[in-house]
Amino acid sequence: MSAAPLIRLKGVRKSLGGKEILRGIDLDVAKGEVLCVIGPSGSGKSTLIRCINFLEIPDQGTIEFDGAVVRPDESLDRHRARVGMVFQRFNLFSHLSVLDNLTLAPSRVLGLSADQATQRARALLDRVGLADREHAHPAELSGGQQQRVAIARALAMQPQAMLFDEVTSALDPELVGEVLEVMKGLAREGMTMLVVTHQMKFAREVGHRVVFLEGGVVAEEGKPEEVLERPKGARLKEFLGHFS
Amino acid sequence: MNIKLYVQTLLPALGWTALLTVTSLTVGVALGLVIGLARVGPVRSLRNAAAIYVELVRGIPLFVQILYIYYGIGYLIRNIYVPSPFVSATVAFGICYAAYIAEIFRAGFQSLDRGQAEAARALGMTRRQTTRLVLLPQAFRNILPALGNEGVALLKDTSLASVVTIGELTQAGRALSSLTLKSFEVWTVVALIYVALTLPLSWGVRKLEARLRVRGAAHPA
Repeated sequence: MSAAPLIRLKGVRKSLGGKEILRGIDLDVAKGEVLCVIGPSGSGKSTLIRCINFLEIPDQGTIEFDGAVVRPDESLDRHRARVGMVFQRFNLFSHLSVLDNLTLAPSRVLGLSADQATQRARALLDRVGLADREHAHPAELSGGQQQRVAIARALAMQPQAMLFDEVTSALDPELVGEVLEVMKGLAREGMTMLVVTHQMKFAREVGHRVVFLEGGVVAEEGKPEEVLERPKGARLKEFLGHFS
Repeated sequence: MNIKLYVQTLLPALGWTALLTVTSLTVGVALGLVIGLARVGPVRSLRNAAAIYVELVRGIPLFVQILYIYYGIGYLIRNIYVPSPFVSATVAFGICYAAYIAEIFRAGFQSLDRGQAEAARALGMTRRQTTRLVLLPQAFRNILPALGNEGVALLKDTSLASVVTIGELTQAGRALSSLTLKSFEVWTVVALIYVALTLPLSWGVRKLEARLRVRGAAHPA
């Protein structure tokens, strides 16, 4: 891991509906790092990750990407195109086939030709094990399959980093594994990943670093074995207690 | 009953009714889409303007709107442009139905899952691309039955165009009635023709509705 972080948050604050959700977040994510964000519901995990691609625009503080401050102006679409995002509820385009879900943004945003986009899409579908479902519509797939398509859709933009917002929380337990497998593969290849998750096993095995968010601030952070096995604060101990 | 006279009079009239329905609906849907988009868009002044348009137009009887545009506006601009009855009626119907159709589009957009737009924006798509490539196709699919109903209503409302001397069905019925003096017979035939036109339309709308419902049930969004 190189010294200069790919993503750097400085003093990020964000209020939603009159409530301060993020209360000054400082966070670095190195290139190739897998950072897992854990914390109780309402701690600001989702808001934090959504601030990075500006689905939520921070009220205060800055977000740097690849050494440059990201600003909420016309350059935002370019920023979002290089940061992939996967949602809890998949959010596949329901009117499009699986293949079209993967080719839409690469052809419209990156200007790929139809052939290039299709080629790229097929390679990615093959990689997530859904090569035979390219003509299916999202509603015809299981949750696990939809989420794998959603990951492939984000990867089709060849992003420099990937954001995962509780991507297995809406899945039936037996479908969680297939999605985590795809994410593990990505981590092995050196993708920079920010993963909001309740999967402590994943955080321990795949994460390089774990951040415990509590009340809108980073309460603890460190290597997975430190944070997850030897928690310092009472809140983290209590939180981890729910998973054992 | 003089069949030949009826056919000679009512057949071209039926053509006018159909033509007026198609042109008016086209204007209504196009204008309604623009206003509906403004209504849910990010620009406050456009949102307000669209809301005022809808409330204003819905507050004026269609019959008055037709008279207003053909006689009122037509008189006002007589030195610049004299619109034909057909153009006037198309504009009047288009403006009126645009208000209702705009509300249908608004509801269609607002019923979409917010995650659809977020996913598109997160991929780097512009607001415009998101609307055109993701939101509009989905909204359109959802509102198709409602649009069909507007089409049926419009078809019947074209009878009001007789007031500006367009030779559509109702106007032809009046002519036929005063010619033959067989009011009951004439208006029965005219009424039946309207039914014959609207029935297949409503039936098509219902079929469409059923198909969308089945699809929705089989594939919950």
